[in-house]
Amino acid sequence: MTTDALRITGLSHRFGSVPALSDVSLTVPRGSFTALLGVNGAGKTTLFSLVTRLYSNVSGSIEVAGYDVRRQPAQAMARLGVVFQSRALDADLSVAQNLAYHAALHGMGRRAARDRIAQVLAQVDLESRAGDRVSALSGGQQRRAEIARALIHRPDLLLLDEATVGLDVKSRAEVLALTRRLIASEGVSALWATHILDEIGPDDALVILHKGRVLQSGQAAAIAGPAGLTQTFLSLTGAAA
Amino acid sequence: MTERRFPARAWFTAFRGIAWRETLRFVQQRGRFLAALVRPLVWLFIFAAGFRAVLGLSITPPYQTYVLYEVYVTPGLVAMIQLFNGMQSSLSMVHDRETGAMRTLLVSPFPRWFLLGSKLMAGVIVSIIQAYTFLAIAWFWDIRPPAWGYAAVFPALVLSGLMLGALGLFLSSAIRQLENFAGVMNFVIFPMFFASSALYPLWRMNESSPLLHDICAANPFTYAVELIRFALYGEMNWLAFGVVAGCLALFFGGAVFMYDPAKGLWARRKERG
Repeated sequence: MTTDALRITGLSHRFGSVPALSDVSLTVPRGSFTALLGVNGAGKTTLFSLVTRLYSNVSGSIEVAGYDVRRQPAQAMARLGVVFQSRALDADLSVAQNLAYHAALHGMGRRAARDRIAQVLAQVDLESRAGDRVSALSGGQQRRAEIARALIHRPDLLLLDEATVGLDVKSRAEVLALTRRLIASEGVSALWATHILDEIGPDDALVILHKGRVLQSGQAAAIAGPAGLTQTFLSLTGAAA
Repeated sequence: MTERRFPARAWFTAFRGIAWRETLRFVQQRGRFLAALVRPLVWLFIFAAGFRAVLGLSITPPYQTYVLYEVYVTPGLVAMIQLFNGMQSSLSMVHDRETGAMRTLLVSPFPRWFLLGSKLMAGVIVSIIQAYTFLAIAWFWDIRPPAWGYAAVFPALVLSGLMLGALGLFLSSAIRQLENFAGVMNFVIFPMFFASSALYPLWRMNESSPLLHDICAANPFTYAVELIRFALYGEMNWLAFGVVAGCLALFFGGAVFMYDPAKGLWARRKERG
């Protein structure tokens, strides 16, 4: 049986009395690029924090590749690669050292890690920068290094939380194209959180999140309809405001 | 139990990775190593030398005879290295949280108690290197415990280092920003160090102020100092061992609780997006 890369059912979360997510359900099919679209404060990062166990979900369920993150956290986390919204590489260490550290955190032996580091750095076109300190890389290169790090343990699902924030147009396009390529080459699925509509293609799976609720989900072209994605998004979120 | 899916080698690999990163950071921050050494050496060479003439000490266990004040104060200074190292680890945790490196650690598939424990142990290894370097320099200052005392003090250094590191870990969960670290200096490090048996024996404290004596006797750092002091002379102080082990369990348990996604720190944090 083929399970979804990510299945979230009836997920709710509150910060004190403030609801952050209300009855969120969504799936990321295997091998898909799924965009999670929402304005700042929509609940995207909260959702990611729940999937990655930085917060604990108390209602609803989250399954990564069929493993419940609360009941089977080790299996679920082993199948998850994460690119956080804020940069999470150690700027004082080299690119390869950062990747080696991450490989160790997934229990990968030294030899396996060394081979895999070379492989993923080639995929993100950073082989020549392996020995350079992260602080010496450009913003776009750092993002690519983070994607390489997220891939090191061969996850089933990549979570990318506004991975293009702070990048120039060219770097943004490169990071997006790289993620789409990896779906084919690595057989990974991606949940791409963004508030930039240009990053969503007509064939992508799309989930629109607003004020902690899923407003629409399905193929982007079908959701956009004849009015186009921008108009539809404004109309949906305006109605929900 | 889901944690069993990892073979023993994978657990070791994860621990080695965490220890390796801590060591790399330590090697890159040479100033930190020097500062950790200079601080107790200044106390030994200047403060203790000056006080030698003023402070007379009766025979106090584990010493079999009268000792110079420098000899008395040395175990306290070793513990001071570990105290500062523990707080440095706390600072490093807050820094990691602010830079996002902490997330990398916490999204590992290994259980959180293991990840925090590995980070704690890595910090202790660093503090023990500093402690032995200090003891080696002190040897040239004629502070020469029995040779086997250097081996006997090792497990005491591990335990006291773990306890003080766990305290730092626990505090790091409560410190919201790096700027708040000055408060840790004022409200934790200095009171713990001065209100302990590091600089004066408890009986002498009692002579000047019974209240101060009681405060010192309730201070876990006092027991870390005494554990090291007795071990350095090949003796076991069971009371100190019990208090240090108990405080280790308490502080580490508190830290694991605070870093638990369902409870403590992470449950209270809210981020945009």
